Amino acid sequence: MSEPTTAKRPTLWSRLHLRERIRDRDTAIYSVLLIVALAWPMSTYFATGSSFLTAQAAHAGTYVLLAIGLNVVVGFAGLLDLGYAAFFAIGAYCYALFASFQLASSPLHHAYHLPFWLMLFVGMFVAAAAGAILGFPTLRLRGDYLAIVTLGFGEIVPQLFLNLDQWTGGINAIGSIDQPSLPAWITGPWAGATSIQIVPKFNFSFDPVAYYVLVVIMIVTAVILVTNLHRSRLGRAWMAIREDEVAAAAMGINTVTTKLLAFAIGASFSGFAGAYYGASFGLVSPDSFLFVVSITVLVMVVLGGMGNISGVIVGAIAIYFVLNNLLVALPSNVESLANAVGLGFLNKSSGDWPGLAGETQRLQFLLYGLILVLMMLLRPQGLFPSRVREQELKHDAVVEEETVAEQVPAT
Amino acid sequence: MSDEPPRTDNILELTDLTKRFGGLLAVDSVSLQIRRGEVFALIGPNGAGKTTLFNSVTGLYQPTSGKVVFDGKDITGSKPHQVARGGIARTFQNIRLFDYMSALDNVRVGYHVRMKSKVWDSLFKLPRERKEEEMTTQLAMDLLRFVGIARHANNYARNLPYGQQRRLEIARALATQPKLLLLDEPAAGFTPQEKVELMVLVRKILARGITVFLIEHDMKVVMGISERIVVLDHGEKIAEGPPDEVRKDRRVIEAYLGKSA
Repeated sequence: MSEPTTAKRPTLWSRLHLRERIRDRDTAIYSVLLIVALAWPMSTYFATGSSFLTAQAAHAGTYVLLAIGLNVVVGFAGLLDLGYAAFFAIGAYCYALFASFQLASSPLHHAYHLPFWLMLFVGMFVAAAAGAILGFPTLRLRGDYLAIVTLGFGEIVPQLFLNLDQWTGGINAIGSIDQPSLPAWITGPWAGATSIQIVPKFNFSFDPVAYYVLVVIMIVTAVILVTNLHRSRLGRAWMAIREDEVAAAAMGINTVTTKLLAFAIGASFSGFAGAYYGASFGLVSPDSFLFVVSITVLVMVVLGGMGNISGVIVGAIAIYFVLNNLLVALPSNVESLANAVGLGFLNKSSGDWPGLAGETQRLQFLLYGLILVLMMLLRPQGLFPSRVREQELKHDAVVEEETVAEQVPAT
Repeated sequence: MSDEPPRTDNILELTDLTKRFGGLLAVDSVSLQIRRGEVFALIGPNGAGKTTLFNSVTGLYQPTSGKVVFDGKDITGSKPHQVARGGIARTFQNIRLFDYMSALDNVRVGYHVRMKSKVWDSLFKLPRERKEEEMTTQLAMDLLRFVGIARHANNYARNLPYGQQRRLEIARALATQPKLLLLDEPAAGFTPQEKVELMVLVRKILARGITVFLIEHDMKVVMGISERIVVLDHGEKIAEGPPDEVRKDRRVIEAYLGKSA
């Protein structure tokens, strides 16, 4: 076979093929997301006069992080995990315990106030370890059986935090969690300041813009790392296991360690998100990590397009928007719509009829379900499904092929 | 083969290999030796235990008793990935490709076992990992060209025509850089033209210094490429030898060839 011409100029070529590797659609999605993310704090502040929408976006960011992590487990490795919120809880409690006064009232009698920046990574590693521990007994299981075991884990962990009330405060939750601080920070008109200023010794203290910036940086980091993994030896091994575990094993992939890594790495992003959540919310309670969180994140992954990182991010944002904006605002919107089109009488409650707004309120989750069903019927593969990626050698492959075809003797 | 490596020892030795499924004796104390650099065929009627024997060698099944010695090492009861790492690659009777991965990625998965990058290398795309990825891509493309399906590099494996899927499976197996290649009915469902092409391909594989051990039903293919044949019937070895001898063997004619020959 002839020398590959591309090997002669590695530096330039590798740059080029990096660009080719990014699928066009992904580039478009990422650039739109990035532009919106950069413009968001400023534009929403000018439009609404408050940072409320930025705070909400910062909260949505938690779900984006969770979805990116779950996508590793479900989308790449094909392991259905119904207890993903457990790792989220572990990350959040990890930070909450070591960055609040909670441990003072525990058998330790000493409160720890470890810095957020350290605990972010500790939470990540603790969640990863938990992922590996959960992964270990489940490795022999496949499909439905695996889903049930992870479901069990997802139920156990919040219960554990609830019942270990000596340590975690149980139902009373852990409050007044430390806020991250930085030696310096830049503030500007996007956060309501009159001009761009440098703030020394900055404490986050629930500043929505600061949290927003933090979560955007975390998401960008997560996307880069997961994309790297996806296009690596390990990423291919995950996909191979998803497609055919027997064949993967026969090709020399150690299915046990590969699946463990999927669980651990997926969980680590959740731990990352958990520490962020603990800080930004300032309160960690066992009922923030119920089954519905796992399911919501799973819906985000499936609806966005399993296995495709950009799709999953869009899915997470879309579902967050539906759940926290669309459905919440729906009753009052329906009410004013009825008034506007002259059906105002529907808004008055009488007898069993609670008024249009009240009725919509009651039907909220029915509507949510309908939206999900409709979206899955219209796009069963998700909003932006993963596509086989453009390969760097696409062009010379075709040329070489023709010469080979002639070599095969036609008999 | 004239360009056979100087070593004459056996690459694979099975000693009294037995696999029992409950009351069914699928492989009944089969012993055989495969020499380096030969094409060795395993034939027999349906249900004779051929694929079970393959599975027992490659670690998908744990043999009930007996010994598998590969390249001088006892690999009885090894895990499939250990067997692959050791240098045995295989294809499957019912094609088992990674359907929703590109043909190129299928082959790159085959290289997995020879790659060295760790999770950290991949996470941060260290230069070492990048270099290895580039090299792997090149090697995988070379292999796709070798089996003649490079034009499909970017297609999902499931979208390839049937014959090319079989070729892709062979390319994927070759990517693990095996010393011994097990082909499970590689010519099943092939046209006469494709069978000839397959025989050409097997010879090319042999020229790379890889020993080929194949299960095949098509007698033309078997007689055309294999140097020695073992015949299995009801899990038992009933004949062994060069094609011409085996063809004349009474028990073989009765058990297997009798119907058609």
